[in-house]
Amino acid sequence: MVSATGSPAPPAGSTALEAELFRLAGAVPDPELPVLTLAELGVLRTVRVSAPGTVRVELTPTYTGCPAVEAMSSDIERVLRDRGMARVSVVKVLSPAWSTDDISAEGRRKLAASGIAPPRPHGPAEPVPLSLSIRCPHCGSTDTELLSRFSSTACKALRRCATCREPFDHFKEL
Amino acid sequence: MNGAPTDDARDVRTTAAALALGDDALILSHRLGEWAGHAPALEEEVALANIALDLLGQARILLSLAGDEDELAYLRDERHFRNLQLVEQPNGDFAHTIARQLYFSTYQLALYRQLVAGDSAFGALAAKAVKEVAYHQDHAEHWTLRLGDGTPESHRRMSRACETLWRFTGELFQPVEGLDIDWAALEEGWLTSVTDVLERATLGLPQGPRTGAWTAGAGRQGLHTEPFGPMIAEMQHLHRSHPGASW
Repeated sequence: MVSATGSPAPPAGSTALEAELFRLAGAVPDPELPVLTLAELGVLRTVRVSAPGTVRVELTPTYTGCPAVEAMSSDIERVLRDRGMARVSVVKVLSPAWSTDDISAEGRRKLAASGIAPPRPHGPAEPVPLSLSIRCPHCGSTDTELLSRFSSTACKALRRCATCREPFDHFKEL
Repeated sequence: MNGAPTDDARDVRTTAAALALGDDALILSHRLGEWAGHAPALEEEVALANIALDLLGQARILLSLAGDEDELAYLRDERHFRNLQLVEQPNGDFAHTIARQLYFSTYQLALYRQLVAGDSAFGALAAKAVKEVAYHQDHAEHWTLRLGDGTPESHRRMSRACETLWRFTGELFQPVEGLDIDWAALEEGWLTSVTDVLERATLGLPQGPRTGAWTAGAGRQGLHTEPFGPMIAEMQHLHRSHPGASW
């Protein structure tokens, strides 16, 4: 889904129309982190046209209980209908489970630029990596401490920078 | 389990298991939601609500495997719920909630890890949920250490909470119809993990019995403790009073 350079691309085997619809759906901003698009977040899985005007979109939630999925679905339906697709169905798929490794390089850059420390890449078999340092998105210091494992949304933790003293959100690894 | 079950038999088993796991998640989610506006610090207000939200998401998927999620959550009577008695226990003080979280999240993490590896309708959900539950367990573990190895008062309260809830932990390892789980290994792993956390928290493992004639598997059979009735009355009130309401 996400190439090594971090630019989310339609899955291989897409038709030209499916690729266009994938780009349209993928350009929808995330309702809770509007600096990111759905493609950069890595939650858009496939876009398949089964008949003229009929399209099925597969979306995967970041967290099982993520309340933003319904807003994402209706936003995708709207942009694809505006493109002339009369029947748009957005279905939620769980497997393979979304991981913060699915966030593109551009997505990570945008997170940091908006004051949210991006998730670190996963080590193998380490669901809660607590050892690597996390860089303050404000001043760049790595001297930061955990304040709370859960922050404004389930996907973020709250940290504080010991150098500039600012609190900040960290998109925690999943 | 019995060679090759028919599709119907498999559906019945999946439904039974989905209700058990879904009700655990739904009921604990509701209990944690009761902390909204009452938590000891803003960070914990947010943490408990986020854990509740994860559990609610799991509950929605699990109950949808068994039928209509809203009907199952809001229109069943007490005797039809299949959750563990542990998760319906009232919040008590913060230490009590943390002890309940420690016991349950350690159990759920180990159970779902086995489901990820197995061949069931629950593999996809379990693969997703283990990553969330790892954070729940981490949260509970850190608070257990902080309270147990904290002030004399926090130690006393954490110790009391672990003792009080201990008798509800035997039920966790009663086999659930429809789940192919190595329950003995699950219990052994749970005991090892909980013992390790409690010892590091200077608490030690509670000494009381983990089951009684009145608790063994009772929640899974639809027999619940007294606080459960008032809890679901509140949980179901809006839906029952205003069927189909939306906003």
